[in-house]
Amino acid sequence: MALWLTQLFNGLSVSSILLLIALGLAITFGLMRVINMAHGEFIMIGAYSAYLVQKIFQSSLPQGWFDAYYPLALLLAFALAFAIGLLLETALIRFLYGRPLDSLLATWGVGLVLQQLARTIFGAPNVGVTSPSWLDGGLRIMTGVVFPYKRLFILALVALVLLAMYLYIYRSDAGRRMRAVMQNRDMAACLGISTRRVDAVTFAIGSGIAGVAGCALTLIGPIGPTIGTNYIVDAFMVVVLGGVGKLIGTAAGALGIGMLNTLFEWGSTASLGKVLVFLCIVAFLQWKPMGLFAVRSRSLDG
Amino acid sequence: MLSVRRLDAGYGESVVLRGVSLDVEPGQVVCLMGRNGVGKTTLIRAVMGLLRPKGGSVAFKGEDVTRRSPGQRARRGIGYVPQGREIFPQLTVRENLRIGLEACADRKSRAAKDVPAAAVEKFPALQAMYGRRGGDLSGGQQQQLAFARALAAGPELLLLDEPTEGIQPSIVEDIRDVIRSIRAEGKTAILLVEQSLEFVRSVGDRFYIMEKGAVVWTGGKEELDDPAVTRYLTV
Repeated sequence: MALWLTQLFNGLSVSSILLLIALGLAITFGLMRVINMAHGEFIMIGAYSAYLVQKIFQSSLPQGWFDAYYPLALLLAFALAFAIGLLLETALIRFLYGRPLDSLLATWGVGLVLQQLARTIFGAPNVGVTSPSWLDGGLRIMTGVVFPYKRLFILALVALVLLAMYLYIYRSDAGRRMRAVMQNRDMAACLGISTRRVDAVTFAIGSGIAGVAGCALTLIGPIGPTIGTNYIVDAFMVVVLGGVGKLIGTAAGALGIGMLNTLFEWGSTASLGKVLVFLCIVAFLQWKPMGLFAVRSRSLDG
Repeated sequence: MLSVRRLDAGYGESVVLRGVSLDVEPGQVVCLMGRNGVGKTTLIRAVMGLLRPKGGSVAFKGEDVTRRSPGQRARRGIGYVPQGREIFPQLTVRENLRIGLEACADRKSRAAKDVPAAAVEKFPALQAMYGRRGGDLSGGQQQQLAFARALAAGPELLLLDEPTEGIQPSIVEDIRDVIRSIRAEGKTAILLVEQSLEFVRSVGDRFYIMEKGAVVWTGGKEELDDPAVTRYLTV
């Protein structure tokens, strides 16, 4: 019983981390169809923002305030990644809409530049971020079953981000404009929507969410300039498996991959587990190429 | 109010429109006819701003809008019902209509929760479908939705690109009635692309016929019996 509970929680926890790193990509790739290879570097930007905020708190603010750094780090991570995303969209991405191969290469290049920038500023070795003390320890469910607060916090954070995204995309005026532009750019323009602004803001929001993910990753391990590369494949896997363009699909994809991963790792080794998961995904996409939640619609000229 | 002067436009290297001039006066229904491939849709797209002209000018309400984006033209009061409807398939009918409000000049009407009754009452069938996704509607229903969406912001000029194409006869009658009622109200001028001579005769004030990217015939209702008209329109 205890073992099952722990495994279940681990699976859920892995899923939540996968979902968090994939949510930003669900917007930039899922909605906007930009193959954004720099997504991992936006995660890195978020992680280093947390590191930066922590440094500032350690060096120039009273010791007692230290625990308050984390919420601030989350905000800065979002804001910084949002701003850099906005810059990238305005300077580069907007010229590459509808050219997937070009945007893939260009964003990959941008990713490399950002990585090197991080190396120059923060040094090549990984750095550690001390978690706030209110996230130390765990919730004891029964003998031998402890849910660490950090993991629970990430779960809650994912739920919050998912809810915020849902409300923004499906319930707000800006979200309606965003969906209209993503479904039919020309027609949206003809109805008076400023597609340029919608594109820029949409890409920036996706980047900002990647930043939040990066900030959360500092809770579970050290961070370095290449932290993004470790997660980019997983992020794409989640979005593609879930079905491009569907938020619910991304959530289901993350849950599926996370649970399977934990299950396979339990029965074999870590690397074999990963191989098995990828095999499952490849097999599944052969069967259903559109992913778990395909966008279905009656033919438009019906 | 709309004045197209010596417009040249095309796609890439190919030139589709050669020196087209056309006028629409306030409240008028102007019909644009011609066989397939003579440049009617291209002209409408150039008027809307989807196509950058190579030469000539488009003026709306006395202002030169040749270099304006489609969005800016929409905000100035041009509504557009494209060929093929172009409904947002994943948005509900209500959401599609609310997107139509984006062309309103003032912030308050853009944020309105509901579309003004004036736009929807012409299509009573739509109200029962508010919660359905646009992509799930039939072709005729989508056409009505596209029409209502273009009317939502109260345009002063409406561009209709073959609104009856592939639509069942009873809805064609509905659309005829709507065009007539808009004309009777006199607040919105219409530039209508249409193939059926019978249809345009029943709604139009002024008629243009195009051939090979140029206007070859123009006249009023009485002149439609001109044998040249039949000659230009028969295949």
